[in-house]
Amino acid sequence: MSTVQPALSPGGLPGSRAVAAVAWERLRALRPGLTLAALALLFILVAAIAPSLLTSRSPTSIDLGATLQAPSAHHIFGTDQAGRDLYARVIHGTRQSLLIGLGATALSMSVAISLGFLAGLSGRFVDGAINRLLEVVFAFPVLLLALLFVTVFGASATTQIVAVGIGTAPGYARMVRGQVLAVRGSGYVEAASALGHSYPRIIRRHIFPNAMRPLVVVVTLGLGQSIVWASSLAFLGLGVAPPAPEWGALLDAGRGYVTKAWWLEVVPGLTIVAFALAVTTLGRYAQQRLEGANQR
Amino acid sequence: MTGTVDIRVSTADAVPSRASRRSVTGTARRILFRLANAVGVLWAAATVTFFIQAVLPGDRATLILNQETGRAVKRTAAEVAPINRRFGFDDSLFAQYLHYIGGLTHGDLGTSYQLKQPVTTLIADQVGPTLLLTVTALVLAWAIALVLTIATAKRGRIRSALGSGFEVVAAGLPQYWLGVILLVVFAINLGWFPVEGGTGLSGLVLPALTLAIPLAGFLGQVTRDEFEKVLDQPFITSARARGMSDLDVRTKHALRHAVLPAITLSGWALGALFSGAVVAELVFARPGLGQVLVGAASARDIPLVSGVVMLVAGVYVVANLLVDLAYGIVDPRLKDGAS
Repeated sequence: MSTVQPALSPGGLPGSRAVAAVAWERLRALRPGLTLAALALLFILVAAIAPSLLTSRSPTSIDLGATLQAPSAHHIFGTDQAGRDLYARVIHGTRQSLLIGLGATALSMSVAISLGFLAGLSGRFVDGAINRLLEVVFAFPVLLLALLFVTVFGASATTQIVAVGIGTAPGYARMVRGQVLAVRGSGYVEAASALGHSYPRIIRRHIFPNAMRPLVVVVTLGLGQSIVWASSLAFLGLGVAPPAPEWGALLDAGRGYVTKAWWLEVVPGLTIVAFALAVTTLGRYAQQRLEGANQR
Repeated sequence: MTGTVDIRVSTADAVPSRASRRSVTGTARRILFRLANAVGVLWAAATVTFFIQAVLPGDRATLILNQETGRAVKRTAAEVAPINRRFGFDDSLFAQYLHYIGGLTHGDLGTSYQLKQPVTTLIADQVGPTLLLTVTALVLAWAIALVLTIATAKRGRIRSALGSGFEVVAAGLPQYWLGVILLVVFAINLGWFPVEGGTGLSGLVLPALTLAIPLAGFLGQVTRDEFEKVLDQPFITSARARGMSDLDVRTKHALRHAVLPAITLSGWALGALFSGAVVAELVFARPGLGQVLVGAASARDIPLVSGVVMLVAGVYVVANLLVDLAYGIVDPRLKDGAS
């Protein structure tokens, strides 16, 4: 792989390096990251669809005799200030968190696909105008644009979805436009137009499906990002109302207790990070497979 | 970034034989063009901000009155009238727009609904600690990214994998969560840093790391890609053939090329750091714009929030402008037009 590598790095015996290399190869063959990611995602999906399969406790039942308890065998993620079981709250919060993430990704993708296709298929004037518009929206960091939306429309799950969706759309729109331009200039589109196919037919049969294919991966990666953005907003106290056990709302609720009960912040955060990492890992794997298929 | 493309186009036509004379006017034209573009983006950003404010559902005067009293009730026309007069809500939308843009040109961002003070004053009072945090984080992020790239890129499989693995994970970490982890481990359990509100140097370390680590992961990914490509170039082989040490090759030759793509991202990075600073300030209870902004957003103080948003958009535009102009210095290939 590397051609210009120093012959021998100091301190490493050739023998031990060979052993390490073999072990590394074995580990790679198992694809532990991918397996772990798939398992994590499966678990999260089950939690979203049928939370009661994973926990028998209620996320809202208050137990004032067991407030702010550290993680133990009885409460594996600990309890909050009202003695509610954090594990049950995380599990039951999954569905709403995923829905917010899915909603934001769907909105962002629809905006991006409309703008990207419009820019990629129209003449220079429209393309230039859309590019300028995207450049302007880029000047606003996602989180600040989201804050402005929350200020104007008030905090709610819908605002969260709209704010994150609009904020992340410009990046995807540029990507879609690039895809459309690449497909539009490709040999098979030229061939189709030489064969006398009408322009709408070429768009429908060739440009649309081929420009959309790589987006499958982008959507996967985007879902992880959306959930992270939405939870950042929630962390600032600008998400769904606190009693709901949504992941971001759990973060917001635990913020005041961080010096006394670290698990209230660390566990929901870890869940979000695990979800984002799992989705990203699978997305990248799909990307590699897709690129490999294209080269063949 | 469209900026880099523009530079290439405008300098590519300079003929090398008459380069000295033409490149001066070329540079002047380029700077003027970039300046005009920056002003255009700022104006458009202000317009977008204004119209987001203008679409507010419901009556703004009622919103202000209800904020003052802490109740949500319907207001009579007599109650609403003085507020409307004071904030100019009676004027036509176009007149309000002209007033807003006109105010911006001499640094007037309007009056806070909640605190009844000029937004500019409120921002000026609080911007110091945030600016310090942002700049520290940017420097720290670059330092981490560069050390990581030099130490791990193309240094055998395991080391490279560790380096790029760290970058992927770091770039994906939500700032709030990283902040909480740092706070819990280093401030609460180990007691190395103040738990909250530390205004001195020791209070700056953890918030700055909170912002710097994800950014370093991002910058590192971009730099590493380029660094690995550059290390395969013939001039690197020739430098090695002259007997240059590996570290010298990396720092003196490869790095200069590899940092270019990441430098173009610095404008974006500053904007992202600014919004990250909001989160970090909240986690570590640091004074600054973040506290003001979050308070204003939940109180729905529109002028204050849009003022801060405009400020950050301005920082982004100016930083991008500087990066574009500085590009010619870092990369002389573009300045001479001989690539």
